[in-house]
Amino acid sequence: MSHDRRITPRLGSDAGALIAAFDAQREALGAAPVREAARGFLAEHGIPTRRSEAFRYTDLAALARFIAPGAQGAQAEARAGAILHPFLAAQGLADVARVVVVDGLVSAGLSVPSAEVATTLVEDADEPGEGALLALNAMLTRGGVSLSVEAGVAAGRMLLVHVALGGAAAAHPRHSLSLAEGASLELLEIDLGEDAYLHNSVFDITLAEDSALTHVRIQNAADEALSFATVRPVLQARARYEGFCLALGGTTARHEVRARLEGEAAIAHVNAAQLGRRDGQVLDLTSEIAHLAFDTRSLQTVKTVLDGRARGVFSGRIHVAREAQKTDGYQLNQALLLSDSAEMDARPELEIYADDVKCSHGVTIGALDEEQLFYMRSRGVPAAEAEALLVRAFLADVLSLVEAEASRGVLERVVDAWWAQA
Amino acid sequence: MSHILTVSGLKAAIGDTPILRGIDLVVPPGEIHAVMGPNGSGKSTLSYVLAGRADYEVTGGSATYGEADLLEMEPEARAAAGIFLAFQAPVELPGVNNANFLRTALNAQRRARGQDEIDAVAFLKLAREAGKRLSMPDDMLKRAVNVGFSGGEKKRNEVLQMALLKPSLAILDETDSGLDVDALRIVAEGVRALRAPDFSALVITHHQRLLEILVPDRVHVMSKGRIIRSGDAQLAREIEREGYSALIQEAA
Repeated sequence: MSHDRRITPRLGSDAGALIAAFDAQREALGAAPVREAARGFLAEHGIPTRRSEAFRYTDLAALARFIAPGAQGAQAEARAGAILHPFLAAQGLADVARVVVVDGLVSAGLSVPSAEVATTLVEDADEPGEGALLALNAMLTRGGVSLSVEAGVAAGRMLLVHVALGGAAAAHPRHSLSLAEGASLELLEIDLGEDAYLHNSVFDITLAEDSALTHVRIQNAADEALSFATVRPVLQARARYEGFCLALGGTTARHEVRARLEGEAAIAHVNAAQLGRRDGQVLDLTSEIAHLAFDTRSLQTVKTVLDGRARGVFSGRIHVAREAQKTDGYQLNQALLLSDSAEMDARPELEIYADDVKCSHGVTIGALDEEQLFYMRSRGVPAAEAEALLVRAFLADVLSLVEAEASRGVLERVVDAWWAQA
Repeated sequence: MSHILTVSGLKAAIGDTPILRGIDLVVPPGEIHAVMGPNGSGKSTLSYVLAGRADYEVTGGSATYGEADLLEMEPEARAAAGIFLAFQAPVELPGVNNANFLRTALNAQRRARGQDEIDAVAFLKLAREAGKRLSMPDDMLKRAVNVGFSGGEKKRNEVLQMALLKPSLAILDETDSGLDVDALRIVAEGVRALRAPDFSALVITHHQRLLEILVPDRVHVMSKGRIIRSGDAQLAREIEREGYSALIQEAA
């Protein structure tokens, strides 16, 4: 065979179907320059293919299938309630203040206001964003909430729950949260749903000096869902972002954290556990942590358990700016593969421009230890139970990083339920 | 009454390398047998094959436990039937709590035998008492299995497991190695306390010291994958005095 083939990598595929969906809904969504700018971005760049570096391991091709606008009205609310209430009751969360978003639309009926967290509705994105998922959200969002806590207030616990009703609908929630100086909040974000749908949320978080946010997200999307979340915390001096994502749902899912440590001695924890076992399931944890000030710290532990033909992805970049001396960056990525067909793709990146920093990363990918299994079985523990104990042990230290006890309890129960379904 | 363990012509290999070349061994109920022999003679392999470790391939012979074909049973089934292997190098299980693990093991065995499970409170009481008899610090039950344990603590933890699981055949693979004199005495007393008409043990050791406390009914000497000589407790003393070389030459 001899043909002169020159490959021009095509980084974007046509976003035509998604743009057409926007054009059809334009009137209902309300005219906004940001939506038009996002539309322009998508028309120009398209949807990234796997030739694009940022989506090398996670395929967005299925996005175009999810163009239905999503349900609304009393009937949708009733269906969402039937998914929401049993979950909250089982987890002992029925009485906690919450914002509930159904198919990308905030539901006043299902939400329970908080005394300490001011909640207002957001209608549009304030910027189109660089990147297909951000632009898609900006173009199609049906809004979200803006949460804020006043200076010095310890606001306790709050839930942010996304419920999706399926029918190939797309939800693009757009939230923001701001903690004023010295404020604190524990936010438990939960994604539930049934059938096939797209969830593509964007969450902007502003943490003023000395504020502290615990942000635990449980991505428990339906089996056939596409689930993407972009979380963008910006930290001022001595602020703390304690992030944790437990990802187990969806056919293709990514939790992406883009943190900016802008103030001295700010601390970000970007921890996660990913549990996948379905054929073709992809669970992706992507993070970009920018150290932009003196003496900032980021700590990251990501543990992934994969069975069947599931695939896990970890892309973690730590960027240390020239002025961010004394930065401490730590990244640990461990995966446990329970089958020969499971796959983990790991890509740690350190980008360091300061000279007095401490940055490290570690990766281990392995199977269950035969020696440990035999030891346990030789004590009478059946093979399946021994495996379960070892998997829970593997996850124990990352779950223990969630200091908020009630949220950790929810995480542990969800993990146990996942394992029990095997 | 039949023998608890009957091994006949047992051969086993790792890959293409034969390690056991025809072992014949009979352990009646209530007896403690010692297996001695130089390094590389196949003693540990024998213990692993009897406990059911998968990386050894049995290439010939048989092993019968009571009336059952031992070699057909999964490791957990052997444990539930009453076989216990005290590991030469006990395995660390990071993140697995020692007390939980022990209770899981005990209850799994009880379930397999059709007995009721023991609840956490009752179990903890049993475990604490057994631990005390072995002079184990209380926090060893709270720690992860064997993680951060000293060599002696690991061996004591094996004996603790044995005391709680109450096997009818214990195989002790160099449980005395790496122990100082005091720890050795505690471990040996721990095993001796289990002596009963329905408890047998196969004690693999290099040293006479353990056997002075345990006093075996029979002593077997292994070399190159075979038992080359068997005798009473006197044989262990003879080995202590004269070493293995004379025995091995005599057998050759």
